[in-house]
Amino acid sequence: MSPASDEARPPARNLDRERLTAHLDTMWRIRAFEEAALRGLSEGLVRGAIHPSIGQEAVAAAVCLNLARSDLILSTHRGHGHTLAKGADARAMMRELLGRAGGTCGGKGGSMHIADFSVGMLGANGVVGANIPIAVGAAHAVALRGGPEIVACFFGDGAINRGPFLEGLNWAKIFRLPVLFVCEDNAWSATTRTADLTAGEGAAARARSLGIPAQILDGNDAIGLDAAARDAIAAVRAGEGPRLLHVRTYRMTGHTAADAAGYRDAAEVEAWRARDPIARLAAALAEAGVDPARLEASRTEAAAEMADVLDDARAAPWPDLAAAFADVQDVGDPAERAY
Amino acid sequence: MATTTYLAASTRALAEEMERDPSVWALGEDLGRGGVFGQYKGLQARFGAARIADTPISEACIMGAAVGAAMAGTRPVVEMRFSDFALCATDELVNQAAKARFMFGGQATVPLVARQPIGMWRSSAAQHSQSLEAWYAHVPGLVVVAPATPADNLGLLKSAIRADDPVVYLEHKDLWAAEGDVPDGEHLVPLGVADVARAGRDVTIVTWSAMRRTSLAATETLAGEGVEAEVIDLRTLWPWDRDAVLASVERTGRLLVVHEAVTVAGFGAEIAAFVAEHLHHRLRAPVRRLGAPRIPIAYAPPLENAARVTPDAIAAAARAMLAPAAARAS
Repeated sequence: MSPASDEARPPARNLDRERLTAHLDTMWRIRAFEEAALRGLSEGLVRGAIHPSIGQEAVAAAVCLNLARSDLILSTHRGHGHTLAKGADARAMMRELLGRAGGTCGGKGGSMHIADFSVGMLGANGVVGANIPIAVGAAHAVALRGGPEIVACFFGDGAINRGPFLEGLNWAKIFRLPVLFVCEDNAWSATTRTADLTAGEGAAARARSLGIPAQILDGNDAIGLDAAARDAIAAVRAGEGPRLLHVRTYRMTGHTAADAAGYRDAAEVEAWRARDPIARLAAALAEAGVDPARLEASRTEAAAEMADVLDDARAAPWPDLAAAFADVQDVGDPAERAY
Repeated sequence: MATTTYLAASTRALAEEMERDPSVWALGEDLGRGGVFGQYKGLQARFGAARIADTPISEACIMGAAVGAAMAGTRPVVEMRFSDFALCATDELVNQAAKARFMFGGQATVPLVARQPIGMWRSSAAQHSQSLEAWYAHVPGLVVVAPATPADNLGLLKSAIRADDPVVYLEHKDLWAAEGDVPDGEHLVPLGVADVARAGRDVTIVTWSAMRRTSLAATETLAGEGVEAEVIDLRTLWPWDRDAVLASVERTGRLLVVHEAVTVAGFGAEIAAFVAEHLHHRLRAPVRRLGAPRIPIAYAPPLENAARVTPDAIAAAARAMLAPAAARAS
């Protein structure tokens, strides 16, 4: 039951340095985006709740960078990383977090409903586990038309205690749908330890009980995750039916940015900080001979990019008021009659 | 023109739309065997098990999968079996289907039809008899349809399938066997347009679903007393045809709203309030609502009947509205 470990890995010199440096770039961009968003929050620019994924960046990078642009993903309330890694425009994303015109959703969704259909990102979701049936349905549509796409569905460890988890996994299995389920297990269901709330062995065991192949992985090991995600995605794309990756990682912040997470043991947090997925990947790449200047540029360029992104969003206008009445429905359009 | 049943009209509507548009498919429990009421009979043999999909008893996943499949380019027709069971899929319908287009800034539409058979039917008791149309009318993003005749079930279901919005489609279980004339060729009924089921000058009865039939029965009694009631079948509850209702009440000066659902906070309250706001000066009698008492629907027939609106009750309410003001007060 132990997560795949560093020992199982090929020697550093055999690493695909170019590929993994690109993963590092994506991970730094996710972290820099969220750090910029937190600055925006402290300035009062981000208006609602945001749920940072700092510490979980390797999962988003490993899964999304192994997908094709035409593949689809469904995300969670903690979805900035997935969205960015799938290829969404950071500028439009930050505008969305600030509720501005030019946001991915025109400022109407905010962080919890961020979506970019142009890159196959069919939406974050404010309801835990609700994205699972939606992902399964998107895969069902793909299967009906015989398309080559697959669907990746991210959810947290808390979601496996909701009914839609069982309904969705069962559905994907019986219809043999091309879905990769990714349980990002950050150990906390909002502000309560998931282990205290969960019977049995967790996501992988529940998937296996339905005949869905599942792996338990170290979610802070970007290299191992990349290999596992690539293999799982290939199997799903080959028509072998759904798979599940149970990825053990850690949420370095509280549930929301406003949550100081004082309920957690400081030693636990420090132990996970020492296993920071970005630092680990950077160290492995340095050991494999990647130029230290290149590794440093990965960090500084991401920080500079996201500082610009926040400045752009800060300067962007509010949406036109008409947007509040737009895109509700065609029949009974409230733009014509809302009362 | 041919005579057919409300049930067969719905089968024909789905078959015609599936023939016309390969992206239309249906999903729900027992559909391959025809569905619980037989409204899907023959469709799996004709269109295959992929497009008439038998699903697990997983209402949340049926509705949620339909949301995903709709956003990914298909037009799913969801069968919920009984509207009561659709409550297991409330998040999927209310939080997901109804809001996706808006939340995502118009990047996606959710063209699904959620068929939810409603109403009292053969002592089915409290969890198989409800009419919850008012809940859905309250939710921005949803269209709510409740056909009352075979021709309307044909024409409205076809329009619902073609709509780009999520449509809550409420067929009444007690109407499956109802017969009526249905046009032979292509027959579409526009969403949001009422039907004047009977013209009359004295009182306007606004109703929908099975209460169309009950109201029409009441008008026979009233006609024998010299009272000519107009019956407006809304057919679509959101958006409802306010122009048709206002035009009628302007002529008759009297509005009686009749529905099978609980009166309290029922959709009749919306209609009554709207008419009072717009036509107060033209009303010759206070607006009346007639619906069920706020009790769960019981099993035993005499108790079930305590929740049932009858032709006699409708006639009595209309009669009272036509009585001189002094008599009404007493």
